[in-house]
Amino acid sequence: MKRVDPQPLSKMATGIGGFDELSGGGLPRNRTTLVMGGPGSGKTVFSLQVLANAARQRDESGIFVAFEERGREVIANAATFNWGLPALAEQQIYILDAHLSPTVIQSGDFDLSGILAILKAKKEQMNARWIVFDGIDVLLTLLQDPILEMREIYRIRDWLADNTLTAIITAKLDSQTVQGTNYGFMQFMVDCVIRFDRRLEYGVPAHRLQVTKYRGSDFASGEFPLSFGPSGIEVAPPEPPEIIHEASTERVSVGFERFDAMLGGGLFRGSSTLITGAPGTSKTTLIGKFAEAACQRGERTLFVSFDEGADQITRNLSSVGIDLHPHIQSGLLSMYSGRTEARSAEEHLIKLRALIRDHQPRCMVIDPLSAMAKAGGIGAARAVANRLIHLMKDRKITVVISALIEGNDPQAEATDLQISTIADTWIHLSYVVRSGERNRALTIVKSRGTWHSNQVRELVLSEAGPVLTDVYSAGGEVLMGTLRWEKEAEELAKQTQRRIEFERKQRDLEFAEADTQARIKALELDLQRQQAELALYTLDGEARALSSSEREDKLRRMRSADRIIDTDAVILPPPDPVTPGAVSGSGTYKNTREED
Amino acid sequence: MRRQQIVKPSDPTAVTAVMVMRLYVVGSAPNSVQALANLESICQQHLEGHYQLEIVDVLEQPLRALADGVIVTPSLIKLSPLPVTQVVGNLSNTGKVLLALGRPGKSP
Repeated sequence: MKRVDPQPLSKMATGIGGFDELSGGGLPRNRTTLVMGGPGSGKTVFSLQVLANAARQRDESGIFVAFEERGREVIANAATFNWGLPALAEQQIYILDAHLSPTVIQSGDFDLSGILAILKAKKEQMNARWIVFDGIDVLLTLLQDPILEMREIYRIRDWLADNTLTAIITAKLDSQTVQGTNYGFMQFMVDCVIRFDRRLEYGVPAHRLQVTKYRGSDFASGEFPLSFGPSGIEVAPPEPPEIIHEASTERVSVGFERFDAMLGGGLFRGSSTLITGAPGTSKTTLIGKFAEAACQRGERTLFVSFDEGADQITRNLSSVGIDLHPHIQSGLLSMYSGRTEARSAEEHLIKLRALIRDHQPRCMVIDPLSAMAKAGGIGAARAVANRLIHLMKDRKITVVISALIEGNDPQAEATDLQISTIADTWIHLSYVVRSGERNRALTIVKSRGTWHSNQVRELVLSEAGPVLTDVYSAGGEVLMGTLRWEKEAEELAKQTQRRIEFERKQRDLEFAEADTQARIKALELDLQRQQAELALYTLDGEARALSSSEREDKLRRMRSADRIIDTDAVILPPPDPVTPGAVSGSGTYKNTREED
Repeated sequence: MRRQQIVKPSDPTAVTAVMVMRLYVVGSAPNSVQALANLESICQQHLEGHYQLEIVDVLEQPLRALADGVIVTPSLIKLSPLPVTQVVGNLSNTGKVLLALGRPGKSP
């Protein structure tokens, strides 16, 4: 009895990151998938993970038929993954120990109809939706007859078709040859074939996965890197061919004001920034400052460091006034420290992808990205760095990446990873050695889409954090270190002198003003007095004139004589009103000045 | 399908203990049919009736077979005398079956 399925192919999601994307939704429902690969390539992990995910995420039960290992070994081996398999193995996943004991004696041919009858009963008992035949070749090779083996494979196929199970059959693939051991025909028989590969690239194991066949469905046909993490296999999904990034105009602070000013107001949200520099040029400090600023804004942040422990980084950063502890405790900041020797760049990318998915950061820092190229070859690392930056842009994560440059010339093209071309902003840190000192200099090499300072600035690390100092230039060079300090001191002295000079001048002017005011006052008083005197005098004169005319009249009457004019000259001498007043005013003025 | 065939020792002087065996088969599958025929022939020739054989059809009692750890069919388990041994296949190789049953000497 053959199953007839008129409906379009439906798929069962595997829940394996990346795989569902590249396969267009997962494995074909109620059909058989062949998983091929060499030893240690991840076949068993893949199959078990599919079962575990189906059980945990959709409450679908499954049967795992272990031909290679004992059931308890399967559970023990999977204990490194966070699937909770021991608990699942009691409920939704049944692990059938189909490992034939070495003490069993074989006499003549056998077949699988017995185990299939058992599995059918078990399937009905637990209403299983999935079944995995892991390492069936171990059993079938005992038949020592390819034709009989094929017959059993067909028996399994027919059985699967009758039992509406989504099945995975794993089979070994000799890594030296492309053809599977005797099971080439299986590839024609099944609906989907996934090939796992494990090879060494520059001494680092690289795992790859390729879907080579998928009946009735399109799929991404390339080889995709995969890595093993706590949740099992992670596959790097295919990259979209088109770049669709939304460009934000929102500015994000780098962490200190002067630096923001140099960048024309900060970094663009969702942009990528590269900080390059030789060892010790305080790349990590700048990165830490950015991370701290992001946390202070309340944004989820991911701090990825390579070859330096998270603890050590936080301790070191706290010495320059950057305190990340509270943010780690609040869960806002997630620190991850990776080792680079043993992992390929590809695996790092997969790990970072998982971290991003778990933490959902808005800001992210990687220190240093160049470490990713340590193991696994530069070619792969370049591609990975490129994809990583695009990945973060797709998610609108503002990222600051550091990369190590040996040597001090930013023009000698930065990073081996060539990320300087894809980064939006490139900040270069270098040492300037002059007059017996080594000082840190910061330059913005490029910053896309924004004004930015073209000046070389000195970066000073203080207990309060990194600081960009004032700019002093002499002879066309920006002064740094003690030269700057001297210049600063000189400037300060000059300034003080100028201030004193100014104050003295101001006092002089104030004095002169007061002096003039006093003179005006004295003259006014004098004027009043004179006016008063004049008035008095006029009054007196009139009175006199009146009285003298009266007296003349009397004398005239007494003597009956003339000579009036002579009498007038003697009795009334002409008055001198100005001189005494002026002398008195001058005296007052002198007194005022002496008192001052 | 369960058949039990218990044959009492006809010769009271026989020193051999009764052999207890269980054969797992699948209905009328060719290998199973062949295994049953082969086993009966071996028993008659070499065990001289001193045996007890239970035949379990996996199609009828799949969960029992599962509990007994039977993976492939046909499968013969010698339960007694100890040690317990298992033979898989259609039992076409008489020598190997006798080896498993602990009667190598009786092989012709």
